[in-house]
Amino acid sequence: MNHRPDPAPGADPVLELDAVSKEFIVYRKTGRLRRKRTTVRAVDNISLAVGSGELVGYIGPNGAGKSTTIKMLTGILMPSAGRVSVAGVDPQRHRLELARRIGVVFGQRTQLWWDLPLRDSFELLRHVYRVPAQRHAENLERFVDLLDMQPFLDTPVRQLSLGQRMRGDICAALLHDPVILYLDEPTIGLDVVSKARVREFLTTINRDRGVTIMLTTHDLADVERLCTRLVVIDHGRVIRDGTVAAIKEAFGGYRTVVVDLERPGPPLAVPGARVVDTDGPRQWLRFDRRTTTAAAVINSVVAQASVLDLSIEDPDIEDVVTRIYTSPPTR
Amino acid sequence: MRLWWEVARRSFHRHSTYRAATFAGVFTNTVFGFILASIMLAVFEERRDIGGFDAVDAVTFTWVAQGFLAAVGAFGGHLPLADRIKTGEVVVDLYRPADLMLFELAGDIGRAAFQVLIRATVPLAVGGLFFHLRLPSSASTWLLFIASLTIGLVVSFAIRFLVTLTTFWFLDYRAPSQMSTVVTMFLSGFLMPVVFFPDWLETTARALPFVTFVQLPIEVLMGKHTGADLVAVFAAQGAWAVVLLAVSRWALSLATRRVVIQGG
Amino acid sequence: MADSLGGNAVASPRELAHIYRKLAGARIRADWQYRGPFIGYTLTQGLITFLDFVQIAVIFNQVDQLAGWSVAEVAFLYGASSIAFHVGDAFISQCERAPQRVKSGEFDLLLIRPVPTLFHLCADDFAFRRFGKLIQSVVVFATALVVLDIDWSVAKVGMLVVMLISGTAIFAAVWVTTSAVAMWMIDATEIMNSFTYGSSFAAQYPLPVMAKWLRHFLTFVVPAAFVSYFPALFILDKPDPFGTPAWIRFAGPAVAVVLMLVARTTWSAAIRHYRSTGS
Repeated sequence: MNHRPDPAPGADPVLELDAVSKEFIVYRKTGRLRRKRTTVRAVDNISLAVGSGELVGYIGPNGAGKSTTIKMLTGILMPSAGRVSVAGVDPQRHRLELARRIGVVFGQRTQLWWDLPLRDSFELLRHVYRVPAQRHAENLERFVDLLDMQPFLDTPVRQLSLGQRMRGDICAALLHDPVILYLDEPTIGLDVVSKARVREFLTTINRDRGVTIMLTTHDLADVERLCTRLVVIDHGRVIRDGTVAAIKEAFGGYRTVVVDLERPGPPLAVPGARVVDTDGPRQWLRFDRRTTTAAAVINSVVAQASVLDLSIEDPDIEDVVTRIYTSPPTR
Repeated sequence: MRLWWEVARRSFHRHSTYRAATFAGVFTNTVFGFILASIMLAVFEERRDIGGFDAVDAVTFTWVAQGFLAAVGAFGGHLPLADRIKTGEVVVDLYRPADLMLFELAGDIGRAAFQVLIRATVPLAVGGLFFHLRLPSSASTWLLFIASLTIGLVVSFAIRFLVTLTTFWFLDYRAPSQMSTVVTMFLSGFLMPVVFFPDWLETTARALPFVTFVQLPIEVLMGKHTGADLVAVFAAQGAWAVVLLAVSRWALSLATRRVVIQGG
Repeated sequence: MADSLGGNAVASPRELAHIYRKLAGARIRADWQYRGPFIGYTLTQGLITFLDFVQIAVIFNQVDQLAGWSVAEVAFLYGASSIAFHVGDAFISQCERAPQRVKSGEFDLLLIRPVPTLFHLCADDFAFRRFGKLIQSVVVFATALVVLDIDWSVAKVGMLVVMLISGTAIFAAVWVTTSAVAMWMIDATEIMNSFTYGSSFAAQYPLPVMAKWLRHFLTFVVPAAFVSYFPALFILDKPDPFGTPAWIRFAGPAVAVVLMLVARTTWSAAIRHYRSTGS
């Protein structure tokens, strides 16, 4: 079920991994003086193609190989095997050319100048990337407006809150009109409002400017609200690759009816549904969408018990992803 | 008493794990030992005796100084505590029932003990292989040397502790620390034995505490002080130790009060 | 999918010079925020370098010459090597921080920027205060030149200029090479530093002072002898007690060029190593 959205006919993918692997040699201490040399395959034969304008979520459990992949895509790391092509360039051989075409946001580290006003960082990056002054000014004005940064443009970066700094970093990564933007855990540690702002901005940029975006995240709300495509990796391999909707349908084919009875009672017996949890008078009934309907389940419940209230829950992305992580991979 | 032993032992152990740094330090000391000893020999080509030192004395002095540089804190500078003061973590230390100054002193002694074991022995051995050194054969002289070095270490600690305390007032300790390094390395006799200094400068240096942890102990090792003279040396070292510890104690209480007033 | 910025993908030297000015300027502005420590640090640096020469002065307080070199002649050696060293310190010693950056993960930041890594590293950590150290070196050197009664000729003046330039290049190359090796073996960082600082210290004194193996090391391995000693033999008309051929005195620039090639190769290799192992 890999409904990978095909790139527009005739268009080259903006990012391509072709049978890429990355091995690390790790020395582990066995005893006082001896060391054992083992090879760790952080990325195992991954093939991936991302078309222009896609907004891809790249998720996986810790240690799955996400940051290793991103490092190879940004030119920081060189693959052990396979071919990498980003924006028409081989990151291994043409680092400088690549750097001009990509923007990177590291979630944990900032690339802004710590002791200087935010504004200065943007100006410095104009020089480092050699962006034409006019274009830089236009971009800056637009981003400052969209991200609402005017109030703190003159504040030293070290005094900014995490949310403000993240907005600054994202803006900084886009000022030179990169073809692709990579974000490594961009919403980590942010408050709800900042998260929403960041997501909205990324959606706008993706839509209006066609910037291809690839982000790694553990926050699945990011995936739900932002990404059109989801690539799930584990143990260095791609285990799922498709649109968010398709994945949800494949793995989230169930719904839950939450029933509040008048009095606590034994688990209800409903054909096609299963009681998965009870809490006093409240019961959760899960049913498979393909075998029965919410209406049928509700009718059955109401017929056998006195109901005060009920609601219907759809599977949330976290359940879906957990199921993916724990299900056997397809190839 | 048990507590201080534990602190020292822990510190010893911790420093023994810094293998790369230790090896690097030994290497650096050895390299500089060669260069300085060569310079000394060239100097003594011109003169037989300078301030009671002959060529062998000077070369011996150089190698012993290089070997014990790290242990005795002749680098001056500050203690790791300074970073904790900068970040504010020192508040945790101040809450401890154990006295902070003694705590740091015990840790410093543990560190010194380790560095004497490794960083002192290797350069001395290498120096002895390539140069003619005059090291005493009598165990009592060595013991006197160790004793002198220990008291000197306390003085050195007090100076470094005071420099560290300036962090309470100026968060950036770099300038005081660098100043301390320069002054200490020069006036302790590490860069050049103080007997090389012009008379007025040598007298000044000997009146200051810095000589107590490099110049004086090494002179004791080389048998330059005997009898009443030796007693005078120990007395001077002891006096400096007491005075500077008292000043440190007072400065610490000032700093503690400051922390309390600022709300920790 | 060309980049949309126009101009060349790789920056020209003139563009790099412009970027350097901007980055270094930013560093100066940032440091200036902490005015007190900045000034204090500059002053202490001045004092440190002052004491640097005091060591030599103390020696010459006791003796009239060292291995046949007078105090003014040693001051010449000291001044020349010290100028070369401190210019290198101001512009290129920042590469010493590369291993530290590798350890903390900050090195990656350099790899995603469209400028050479060494360039970015040095521009980022530009330290204006280091120029303070130069003042003392220049003063000592100038004084030595005045005191020494040099029989000037066009060739000697030329040699003087060349000496300072190639001396700086030699130290710069040593810095880059040792830092590159330290990136590879991070635990060896301090050992690498001792090569740099040790050779600069040794270059302050006449080569004959050193033991034979040390002389060979300073000529063939870390060629600090070409920074001030060999050129000084020519300028000061001093005989070489070891009878080295006359052309050695002019070999400084060639040595500098070779060393710079070595530095460039080592640095590229270190970056390649980092990019293939991630450490």
